[in-house]
Amino acid sequence: MTEQARVRRFEQVALPHLDAAYNLARWLTRNDADAEDVVQEAFLRAFKFFDGFRGGSERAWLLTIVRHTCFSWLQQNRPAEVVAGYDLEVAELDPAALDPTFRAPSGDDPEIALMHQADEDLLNEMIATLPPQFREVVILRELEDLSYKEIADIAAIPIGTVMSRLARARKALQRAWLERRTQEVRHGA
Amino acid sequence: MEHDAVEADVHAYLDDQLEPAQVARIQEHLRTCPACTELYERQRAMNSVVRQHAHYHTAPRHLARSIRSTLRAHAELERPRRRVAWGWFASGAAFACAVTLTVSLSLFQLGPRGEASSLDRELVAAHIRSLMVNHLTDVPSSDQHTVKPWFDGKLDMSPPVVDLVADGFPLIGGRLDYLDQRPVVALIYGRRKHLINLFIWPQPGSASPRNETRQGYNLLRWTAGGMEYAAVSDVALGDLEEFQKLFARATPASG
Repeated sequence: MTEQARVRRFEQVALPHLDAAYNLARWLTRNDADAEDVVQEAFLRAFKFFDGFRGGSERAWLLTIVRHTCFSWLQQNRPAEVVAGYDLEVAELDPAALDPTFRAPSGDDPEIALMHQADEDLLNEMIATLPPQFREVVILRELEDLSYKEIADIAAIPIGTVMSRLARARKALQRAWLERRTQEVRHGA
Repeated sequence: MEHDAVEADVHAYLDDQLEPAQVARIQEHLRTCPACTELYERQRAMNSVVRQHAHYHTAPRHLARSIRSTLRAHAELERPRRRVAWGWFASGAAFACAVTLTVSLSLFQLGPRGEASSLDRELVAAHIRSLMVNHLTDVPSSDQHTVKPWFDGKLDMSPPVVDLVADGFPLIGGRLDYLDQRPVVALIYGRRKHLINLFIWPQPGSASPRNETRQGYNLLRWTAGGMEYAAVSDVALGDLEEFQKLFARATPASG
């Protein structure tokens, strides 16, 4: 295959998943320009490894490389984020860390109801504040709708770890979120 | 079934990732346990909030284009017929050798149009590479009096260097590049958010200006005062033509 033909074939395989790649990179770098750089680099890497692609889910294959490129980038540029002060596999995530206005729940049980724009912003901020190892699992599950097995392959962790990280991330989000709603109900917002 | 077990499996249940037997056990428990049902409902509501309201960041439109160009530039470099040297000859010895060899050998044979298209390809590839490899400038300066002397002693020519900031084309810096087996001057100019690489090398004779579009980049080439100029950028051709006019006007000696 000529180099040009290889480029064309690669583009057919990879470019349809550009949004998925960008979405993951954008969530992990939390910045437009950095996400673009990382995606560019990931595509070039994927192209170099293209001969090693043995079929299967093209999106999962590409996301594996994007994810790896993101974490290399984070290690290099923001090492503090990757080794966040959480004990990754044991401790509960602290909802207070996700929402600066968090206070301990008081027993009320508000509905998760209509969203206002401010709520939506807050929700996205909460997700963005999760440590990246938890954030990626939430994004791949909730936004890409990937199976636990696929997420495990992409993030290079056992399925059990996918489950526990997802559970802990969701629990932290839910507690922070409910508390937020409680406050709004109480203050008549 | 224990509450703890439900709590552990409720996510996998929500995500439809359990075996049928496990599903049946959870459903059975939920039917009889209001506490776990509440836990389940609350988590289900939260998941749907996340799914509906977490931003899905779609790629900006220009990203696909720039990935395509990067890949094509990469493929060009891999072509066996002629490797463009990656070097911006840092080492003096290698550089001195290259200068003597290439300048004496290749000063005159760029002309024929048949060769031109492979040079065009190299020009575009060099432009893309300068953006890719974090090596845009050797001498980052908007001061023409800094950039011009920097080339002295590195080349056998003295390129015209002007800042066109007043006309909307600020000088960003200069770089030594290597094209068609010769060292060339590359001046970098800004145009709003975009960059223009202006490649300059000695070229006796003159040819009328011509332009071309390759891989989404515009290329404008002209000759003046014994030099050949090639401007490459993703800005519109009209902008490049304006740039050419301004550059020629500001460097009367060479144009």
